[in-house]
Amino acid sequence: MTSGAGVGVEIPLRVAFGEALVELGDVNDRVVVLDGDLGNATRVDMFADAHPGRFLQMGIAEQNMAGVAAGLATTGLIPFVTTFAAFATNRDLDQIRVTIGQTKLHAIVIGGYSGILTSRTGKTHQAIEDLAVFRTMPNMTVLAPADATETRKATFAAAEEVPGPVYMRLTRDASPVLFGDAHDFSVGRGVVMRRGSDVALISTGVQTFRTARAAELLEAEGVSVHHLHLHTIKPLDEAAVVEAAATGAVVTCEDHSIIGGLGGAVAEVLSEQRPTLLRRVGVRDVNIESAPNEALLEKHGLTPRHIVVAAKQILGTW
Amino acid sequence: MTPGASPDLDLLRSVATSVRRSIVTTIHHAGAGHIGGPLSATDLLCVLYFHELRIDPANPSWPDRDRFIFSKGHSSIALYATLAERGYIPRAELLTFDQLDSRLQGHPDMRETPGVDMSTGSLGQGLSPGLGMALAAKLTKKDYRTYVMIGDGESQEGQIWEASMVAARYRVDNLVAILDWNGLQQYGWAEAGKQPEERMNPLEDPAGKWRAFGWHVIELDGHDLRAIVAALDEARSITGRPTMLIAHTVKGKGVSFMEGDYLWHAKPITDEELALALAELQV
Repeated sequence: MTSGAGVGVEIPLRVAFGEALVELGDVNDRVVVLDGDLGNATRVDMFADAHPGRFLQMGIAEQNMAGVAAGLATTGLIPFVTTFAAFATNRDLDQIRVTIGQTKLHAIVIGGYSGILTSRTGKTHQAIEDLAVFRTMPNMTVLAPADATETRKATFAAAEEVPGPVYMRLTRDASPVLFGDAHDFSVGRGVVMRRGSDVALISTGVQTFRTARAAELLEAEGVSVHHLHLHTIKPLDEAAVVEAAATGAVVTCEDHSIIGGLGGAVAEVLSEQRPTLLRRVGVRDVNIESAPNEALLEKHGLTPRHIVVAAKQILGTW
Repeated sequence: MTPGASPDLDLLRSVATSVRRSIVTTIHHAGAGHIGGPLSATDLLCVLYFHELRIDPANPSWPDRDRFIFSKGHSSIALYATLAERGYIPRAELLTFDQLDSRLQGHPDMRETPGVDMSTGSLGQGLSPGLGMALAAKLTKKDYRTYVMIGDGESQEGQIWEASMVAARYRVDNLVAILDWNGLQQYGWAEAGKQPEERMNPLEDPAGKWRAFGWHVIELDGHDLRAIVAALDEARSITGRPTMLIAHTVKGKGVSFMEGDYLWHAKPITDEELALALAELQV
């Protein structure tokens, strides 16, 4: 199966990533993959099978893994540091900051299992701060693809287009393919999913598919929705955000804390460039818990219905 | 300056003294800075840069060069003074150390200073990039070697031991670590029965620890130039394992009133102290 094989099919981003990494390894012999003993979860096991000579098991030791990647990158190799987003963000943050970020080395940090849907593992494994943390790190490009197609394109772009360090968040569970192979993916450029005039929904990562459903629900009720998807949190497509704010009402949607991530970034841009009423749909300032996906999405307010309510509240129609 | 060749001990002695003079002069000029750690590392650095490393100061980014990472980055002035001695940077530039817009930052920055192979300063981080460079040499079939100097203080960081385990697992015999074991750190521990000023870093049996982690270990006097050369020669003959040189050193080495005193970890040098130090540091 090749990812992007049909809009509407459900494919986990991690699977799309694993496949893309194998393809990338086929055409770029400088790609090296480091695993923090989660290869059969992050799906870099596919790369290990296809390119065993360029797969480095680093064991359960993320700090060392990040530093090893920096050393590899100094020689012109292109290391992918792969682990869960919770650990990539928190366990080896200083190592990424000092030896990858400050050095501007071309290493790609992959945060698998981002957000709150991490297969009943709970707050130790849920990553609701990764975008906020890496967005504040100088030199870092921060990516959050929406679907399998974008994941494949982002994987290639991270390795072959972005010159410096990259953080990319991925997710565990299947989500719908939104884009065909012809999708125009460009790092730093937002994707307008729908144009409208009453309210703007701005989303990132796989929350974009839930936001697209919310847009459909709103449109069905006669609300004209502008939907902007930002697969790049940094550098942020500020022009696209300001353009979306022409609606006069903005709702941000992310599977991430409402503090400092997409919502924070959009609030900063709008406050400085086009003050606009804003609501942030995302994880409130709480730790999450282990539970089935649907229960978590419902309790923590990440379903399409929650986005619809936020839009109506800001429009004064709720 | 050829690995494996007979060392020019007179040259190494003279270079080490010159580097120590640069260290105390620069820290005096800067008005602040680390001093004890740079002086304990000086002899090791001089043997590396003037005997062991396959390097070309005119081409600092030569892809086939040996790599050196100074993990105990707060001792940066020792590295800068050595690089200046070796011709990577003008000696006069040392006086810009720690000043605005200087290429010689408080902690080494690989994007600023020619000859610095990895940025360091947050302790315990240098061995891992060294392992990455050693693995890269294996992956790309290059014969350069990688050297990393760590401090005994930063050996309290867990990452050192993460790197140690993985390095042994990958049998990187092209990687050499050097422990500058001067026994002191910024503040350290008080010890029962000793004077309050005799605070220390109680690292017990590092040789046993590194052996247990799968490394070939050589213990030596880190101020005995001939012994350093011999240990590096031995490391080059080892296959299937990385090598750790446990170098017994003295913090503040070469300036009698600084030796073994943790208070000289970092502090300003007065004009009188500079004169005394330079009087002791004669080629």
